[in-house]
Amino acid sequence: MMRQNFYAAVFAAGITLILTCLMVGVKLTSEGTELRVVGATSAQWAWILSGIAIVFLSQLFRDHISAASAGIPRPDFGKLLPAVSVQARLKPWLIAAVIVGLAVWPFMVSRGAVDLATLTLIYIMLGLGLNIVVGLAGLLDLGYVAFYAIGAYTYALLSSYFGLSFWICLPISALLAATFGFVLGFPVLRLRGDYLAIVTLGFGEIIRILLNNWTSLTGGPNGISGIDKPTLFGLDFNRRAAEGQTTFHEFMGIDYSSSYKVIFLYLIAVLLVIWVLFVINRLMRMPIGRAWEALREDEIACRSLGLNRTVIKLSAFTFGASTAGFAGCFFAARQGFISPESFVFIESAIILAIVVLGGMGSQFGVILAAIVMTILPEFAREFSEYRMLLFGLLMVLMMRWRPQGLLPSKRPHMELKR
Amino acid sequence: MSQLLLDVNGLTMRFGGLVAVNAVNLAVRNRQIVSVIGPNGAGKTTVFNCLSGFYPPSDGSVMFKGEQIAGLKDFRISRKGLVRTFQHVRLFSNMTVIENMLVAQHRHLNTNIAAGLFKTATYRRLEQEAMDRAAFWLEQVDMLSFANREAGNLSYGQQRRLEIARCMVTQPELLLLDEPAAGLNPNETKQLDELIVRLRDEHEISVLLIEHDMSLVMGISDHIYVIAQGTPLADGTPDEIKQNPDVIKAYLGEE
Repeated sequence: MMRQNFYAAVFAAGITLILTCLMVGVKLTSEGTELRVVGATSAQWAWILSGIAIVFLSQLFRDHISAASAGIPRPDFGKLLPAVSVQARLKPWLIAAVIVGLAVWPFMVSRGAVDLATLTLIYIMLGLGLNIVVGLAGLLDLGYVAFYAIGAYTYALLSSYFGLSFWICLPISALLAATFGFVLGFPVLRLRGDYLAIVTLGFGEIIRILLNNWTSLTGGPNGISGIDKPTLFGLDFNRRAAEGQTTFHEFMGIDYSSSYKVIFLYLIAVLLVIWVLFVINRLMRMPIGRAWEALREDEIACRSLGLNRTVIKLSAFTFGASTAGFAGCFFAARQGFISPESFVFIESAIILAIVVLGGMGSQFGVILAAIVMTILPEFAREFSEYRMLLFGLLMVLMMRWRPQGLLPSKRPHMELKR
Repeated sequence: MSQLLLDVNGLTMRFGGLVAVNAVNLAVRNRQIVSVIGPNGAGKTTVFNCLSGFYPPSDGSVMFKGEQIAGLKDFRISRKGLVRTFQHVRLFSNMTVIENMLVAQHRHLNTNIAAGLFKTATYRRLEQEAMDRAAFWLEQVDMLSFANREAGNLSYGQQRRLEIARCMVTQPELLLLDEPAAGLNPNETKQLDELIVRLRDEHEISVLLIEHDMSLVMGISDHIYVIAQGTPLADGTPDEIKQNPDVIKAYLGEE
């Protein structure tokens, strides 16, 4: 046993040595036109060596460590929630309180915080959408960001070429993304598991590369800038009105403040998230929602009972895609500038991480995870380069201690009332 | 003589060079219990897979209610009223019993998205009807008190009964049961026996049965087909089969 641990420890220490030497130990710096390799300082070497020592020792004594840590109680967030009956009674009040809170909150905090909250809401929307596909229907989609990109570019292009407003483009974006989901889903959904993941991954990349190279239409890597912001019944939030238009502050007779725009965008995001939540909640209780779950559990039984699996999988894919289209359209409107840079694979990975971290299929969990995943990098800003390292650490810890996610799915069960 | 509900002629299934099912004929009339028996590996389940559309048969015709169904997709066949169970229980084990029953009625429900989003009157009525139908069939298999339990937590015998109820709620005309008594104790087998007979007599369903429990088969079957090594060996009433020397040979080996 000890001997086995010793080999494992030497192996782990060796890997740590190689990784740290390559990543931290040597650095390329440019001096004038020349590149020079710079070794680490002695202080850095001390850190590297102590890191290796820690890895070695922890592997060597891992039995003792896991025996000691077994006594540490694991957090069970599920227990923090009140009982189901109490939940049902409190639910309408809680929802009302949250909505009021979300509406009032931005007027009391800084502009930056509201902006961050808006970004979080976008990720919540994306997480909820992907949750339909991955969490409910059990289809692993690694190219989800493609639908997000389609939504964003739909609005950006329609707005810059035809001058269509945000509110008209919102449903169009969702519809177009859904169409792409449908078209992609049709040939792809007979694949399962890993194969589906690979094809969707490819699709995500194809869309990004297409956007990057179709310069005449999309502007290529330069992206599209100057996308119109949403308006409130035709009132815009600029300092000066365009010809024949009125701005919000003129209409209301108040002084101009740039934070109105930020708050307005935030409120739109809140509305969109509420809408998405409402739709998904209903879907989960509808025959189609039950069919998604049934199909995830036993495809063969579904077929024998007369369920058309292609249609059911397609509908999950299409709904997921349309939610991403929604989010994309809003994202384009908020940024005012989009480029293929925003829709790289890592975005898909982050959204998937949100779903997994939150607990597959659980909406509340996904919301919580989206908040953690967007706010944490902001707090970790001072760690700059080590941010991704922190991110990875969080993931590893999560999978070690709570592989089922923050709040594993507790689907509302249908009950027979007599 | 009642009319033929299922009429199978020359059904053949080849996997590459292996002939798993060779020219099998079957006939099931309305309100009949017909059994298919044979030693392990005889190709009984393959016959079921061909009939229910899980495999497209290599050859032969399958007429159901006078309509050719060989080669149709599985879910289309089941929608025509030919529903099967499996040798191993296939329930949606994380869903409750009542949800299992509702999923089975998917095609009878209003799956219009807008109707469900806004809970229209028709949508609610259909949901209620599905609930009532589910409750009715749960009562028939004596499972109503377990309606809100998770299917995975039921005992094996209950899971078997739920599987049959889940098939019945799709309103089939012909039920294909693949070894429904496997793993049941004598008491549960007796209940199953009564249930199958009741399905025929009260609910006017025909049943095609694969089973190894000879007392069950001989007791309830109207007609029995024997298959050995993919080929039909004999068919007839239970009494004829019991006395057929070929069947005895296939089961017990030669003297």
